[in-house]
Amino acid sequence: MSDLEITLFVFMLATFLGLEVIRRVSPLLHTPLMSLTNAISAISVVGAIMITGAYGATMLSKVLGFIAITAAVTNIVSGYLITDRMLKMFKKPGGKK
Amino acid sequence: MLHLVSYVYIVSSALFILSLKWMNSPVTARRSVLAGEVGMLMAIAGVLLSFHVFNWEWILAAFFIGTAVGIPIAYIMPMTAVPQRTAMSHACGALAAALVGTAEFYRANQIHETLSTFVMVPLMLETLLGFLTFTGSLMAMGKLQEVLPQRPITYRGQNLTNFALFGIAAALGVWLIVDPAQTWIFPIFAGLALVFGVLLIIPIGGADMPTVIALLNSYAGLSACAMGFVLGNKMLVIAGALDGSSGLILSIIMCKAMNRSFTNVLFGAFGQLQVAHGHAEKRPVRSATPEEAASILDAASSVIIVPGYGLAVAQAQHKIRELFDALMKRGVDVKFGIHPVAGRMPGHMNVLLAEADIPYDRLYAMEDINSEFPQCDVALVVGANDVTNPAARTDKSSPIYGMPILDVDKAHTVMVIKRSMNPGFAGIDNELYYMDKTLMLFGDAKTFVSEILKELPARAAA
Repeated sequence: MSDLEITLFVFMLATFLGLEVIRRVSPLLHTPLMSLTNAISAISVVGAIMITGAYGATMLSKVLGFIAITAAVTNIVSGYLITDRMLKMFKKPGGKK
Repeated sequence: MLHLVSYVYIVSSALFILSLKWMNSPVTARRSVLAGEVGMLMAIAGVLLSFHVFNWEWILAAFFIGTAVGIPIAYIMPMTAVPQRTAMSHACGALAAALVGTAEFYRANQIHETLSTFVMVPLMLETLLGFLTFTGSLMAMGKLQEVLPQRPITYRGQNLTNFALFGIAAALGVWLIVDPAQTWIFPIFAGLALVFGVLLIIPIGGADMPTVIALLNSYAGLSACAMGFVLGNKMLVIAGALDGSSGLILSIIMCKAMNRSFTNVLFGAFGQLQVAHGHAEKRPVRSATPEEAASILDAASSVIIVPGYGLAVAQAQHKIRELFDALMKRGVDVKFGIHPVAGRMPGHMNVLLAEADIPYDRLYAMEDINSEFPQCDVALVVGANDVTNPAARTDKSSPIYGMPILDVDKAHTVMVIKRSMNPGFAGIDNELYYMDKTLMLFGDAKTFVSEILKELPARAAA
């Protein structure tokens, strides 16, 4: 199997897995879910680092990569923190804080 | 070293999957964030160690700025502004993906590296989705922040223009895939994608935002996923696919909750003039004072509160909590019935009510609460409109016919807190308001609830 075929397999499996896992998420948590997946998809920071930090990166690569890292890191930091802030608000049933 | 990094990526991917899995219940959800954070830190450490990294000053500066911007966003943002923040982060995520694709395209062309079709196809998808999601999300954010008009902006031949524009962008994309050396096409392609993002979102009304936000979430994820194909990184593919499928599921749930299709949401420009002329004649409604409302609530043994976007606008969630506490103390059974599209994004109402310290076992989804309305003494509607309109069940000519609604009209008494008789966003008259058992409580939700609260203790003392 070529690398592309393996990657397509990974994509196919990850999509089905994602659909099954997300389907089970309680509707209570749909807003935090969205901010969490947002933070996770900021994994594109990895690609941005590869572009910016490459040997012989041109000025264009550096500038675009810089903006991309900034945008992705903003998402990572604010995404995880705000998800946590929201989840803290969901008080256990019965337990009067 | 390279091998070690692959293993790090595998563990990171597993942590991301676990992170989403633990979101299935509020009990385990806090763990999700931790798993996600560890996975992300491992992935970043992994890539920094995987190759000889140059330009550290650029990378560190970007990390610094991103963190400095991200922390205040997370802590200062009020919960009512969460939909805007979410739209903004879709924009950031999509921009990052689009720019990485752009940089990769120029890098390869600079050193005359042949970009194979297998790289060009995902690269074009990455940049197309990335750029259109970027501007589209900014438009959505503007509408949510009310910088832009919330009503759909439409003009003659709009869909045709959009299709034509998209067609040209797609054609240019195909040309580039066939001949990647034609670098002059790329800026035109990117520009068209940016414009298309704007045009796609401006005809969509505020009430459809839950679907649109979920859809943009999906696009941003797929863009990151395409980046994984371009760079041959399977962890990116997995994380992007998880985000893509999450957005897809949420938008399907939202569409089902409105009984509409994707195409209808995107190209239907809901809430247009089709109904604005409607029933012009004034029909009588019964209204009540806070005092009367308080005595009815006091006498009830079960109350279901139905919140909607109006609650968020009036910032009434804390007052509602006080009402909830006061009634629960009197032995009234209070529950909340939440429609999937209440508010401006999926789960919006739940977060607001949780913020006000209402225990989550009191928040019920539509399908769990609907069977309880016939036994319920009072249904109190706060800032919700179309999702309670019985016309959706009975009136075939209504634009919302077939939409699943909360069966508020089956309760013994219905009380609706509403500013005025102006029809809601979609411009549809609500039959509920003219029913004999319905009492209209005219006023701002926050003020009205405070007035009800003032009346309640007096009665208890008497």
